[in-house]
Amino acid sequence: MRVALFVTCINDTLYPRTGRAVVSLLERLGVEVGFPAEQSCCGQPQFNTGYRHATEPLALRYARAFRDYEYVVTPSGSCAAMVRDNYPRLGQKAAAEGRGGALTEAAAEAVPKTYELTEFLVDVLKVTDVGAYYPHTVTYHPTCHGLRMLGLGDRPRALLQHVKGLELRELAGAEECCGFGGTFAVKNPAVSAVMGADKTRHIQETGAEAVCTVDNSCLLHIGGTLSRQGSTVRPVHIAEILASTEGNVL
Amino acid sequence: MSVTDLGMPAFPAAAARSTRDTRLRANLRYATHTIRDKRARAVGELSDWAQLRAAGRAIKDRTLRHLDHYLERLEEAVTAAGGQVHWAADAAEANRIVTRLVRATGEREVVKVKSMATQEIGLNEALAEAGISAYETDLAELIVQLGKDRPSHILVPAIHRNRSEIRDIFRTEMGSWGRPAPDGLSDRPTELAEAARLHLREKFLRAKVGISGANFMVAETGTLVVVESEGNGRMCLTLPETLISVVGIEKVVPTWQDLEVFLQLLPRSSTAERMNPYTSMWTGTTDGDGPRTFHLVLLDNGRTDTLADTVGRQALRCIRCSACLNVCPVYERAGGHAYGSAYPGPIGAILTPQLRGTASALDASLPYASSLCGACYEVCPVAIDIPEVLVHLRERVVEGGKVVRGGMRTVIQPAKGHAAERAAMRAAGFVFDRPGVLRAGQRLAARTRRLHPRRLPGPGHAWSDTRDLPPVPAESFRDWWQRTRGAERGDGREEGAK
Repeated sequence: MRVALFVTCINDTLYPRTGRAVVSLLERLGVEVGFPAEQSCCGQPQFNTGYRHATEPLALRYARAFRDYEYVVTPSGSCAAMVRDNYPRLGQKAAAEGRGGALTEAAAEAVPKTYELTEFLVDVLKVTDVGAYYPHTVTYHPTCHGLRMLGLGDRPRALLQHVKGLELRELAGAEECCGFGGTFAVKNPAVSAVMGADKTRHIQETGAEAVCTVDNSCLLHIGGTLSRQGSTVRPVHIAEILASTEGNVL
Repeated sequence: MSVTDLGMPAFPAAAARSTRDTRLRANLRYATHTIRDKRARAVGELSDWAQLRAAGRAIKDRTLRHLDHYLERLEEAVTAAGGQVHWAADAAEANRIVTRLVRATGEREVVKVKSMATQEIGLNEALAEAGISAYETDLAELIVQLGKDRPSHILVPAIHRNRSEIRDIFRTEMGSWGRPAPDGLSDRPTELAEAARLHLREKFLRAKVGISGANFMVAETGTLVVVESEGNGRMCLTLPETLISVVGIEKVVPTWQDLEVFLQLLPRSSTAERMNPYTSMWTGTTDGDGPRTFHLVLLDNGRTDTLADTVGRQALRCIRCSACLNVCPVYERAGGHAYGSAYPGPIGAILTPQLRGTASALDASLPYASSLCGACYEVCPVAIDIPEVLVHLRERVVEGGKVVRGGMRTVIQPAKGHAAERAAMRAAGFVFDRPGVLRAGQRLAARTRRLHPRRLPGPGHAWSDTRDLPPVPAESFRDWWQRTRGAERGDGREEGAK
């Protein structure tokens, strides 16, 4: 099984520990992980802001970077959803402009092998108990793209429920957006901020020590809001929880 | 669209103002969450909801694909049943037609059934200019009209008002429109409803002209359908001598069998009822029963242009249930007025910029009035992929491109005010397509990490006014990989500058 990590630009630059956690977790489960350095960004910020043409080279780059791998695993629901839902649209729109070929092929190549981390664990490796140990109270926020575009369902929760020492706290209004939304956070800062305030209030009401998601981009907003509020609740990517063991709690 | 909508500020500014209005936010939060939860229960009762939704989508798509055919069949059927059909290319033409028809009756007053199409075209204002008083008879529309306000929701236009505000409006305003509110009116819902009933009864019994929209038009028989909850619609559709219905051309369905699907989808999605209390259907005119004269004004007003767009056209499937408003986290905080048109919420954010274009700052800001969370798409009973259309329209705003406006193919220029963003996106595109440059940038950021401010200067304040930035790590992932694995695996090497 040739598995590549698509770490995503935000994890590469701001949250390298999440990438390291995915590597450590997958290797613990017996998977050999590669990291082709040609990878960069999936193009989601550009695409979702309306810059479709600026996204095209990044989609082509993605397909090229992972050409030699059977599986691409990424610790991001929204980046996985970008590839799966929007790469085919790039091809269709380019085709409508009379230049579809390469982008359509890139989508056909990239879509079937791209998996969000929890999907890969549950659907491909068929494992929900990854042997993790994390002695903390945790609440789980299902991010919108993971929940609605990928349809992750209860996969992340199933994985968390098998973590030794972890106590999962229910989050009120869990399925409501945290207010990040990529450039939405700066284009509509007032609405984004009150959505963030409502989300963080619910998080704090759980009394959990940590809030966990499948996406660091949402945690950038949730964690940044919590930090500004002086809260002690820690934002943690699910990969870091699943990678933790009794000998090494991340 | 409506003249009252002109001069609105762009969405972010209007929405920001709403977020500071604590009473508005409390009213909206309570109302949207109540309807949202009821809808989920009502939909959950049906085991075949997914199939109904797929059928609704398919029927609408098929009808829109052959819209010209079904509209002509409808016109033939309505005409054969004694009605008169008028075609209005835009709001101004529709308003002219309705004004002329009302004037021809010699009446100076009309009663209205709640109608999105007439809100869209600003009919009440146009009639007022012609010296004709239009009385809204839906309870919430009455509250809005008496309060000299604008609707803020498709289904519950006064959702932004609570009952004590409604009592105050009734007490101070009802008298100048007709029968005043009873003395000592409290804010109990039953008393408020009774005050409205007494006030409106007078209008129903006096009116000679009724104006409505329609939820559906059945092409095969020329039958129009209005679904409602209060019975005011039934009054307006049956008591006056003349009935004028203004209906968007996308409201046609081919057959009664098709209608059956939507009569299941609409009530559960909008009011969370298994069936709405009043469903009125009429086919032309009938001697001795109901209005003696019936006019149908078929409204285009940007719909044909919208139909020309292969991605955007799905917005025309909308049956105006407002389920998307009730689940939208942005609508809940921004309120309906921030959207600056008759159509607020997610559906408004994709419909308005298509019907009106993206030339104004407000209309160009609407496609961005969403975090793309997808809750709207999930509840839409005709499966409009609202996030897909939002992104499609964002592209139209920032990149311009080919569109159809006023039936003519035209190329629109990118909207103003996106120069800095465009430059940033180009720069990001340059960097992300060159991992070597990306790595150099990451290393620079890591080396200077102690110098990074906690709050960003300039436009960055939009982020750091309410959120801290995470610390930049000492080492990027790709540097860690190369340092620890690169040599042994051989697949972590630099690709070079490109």
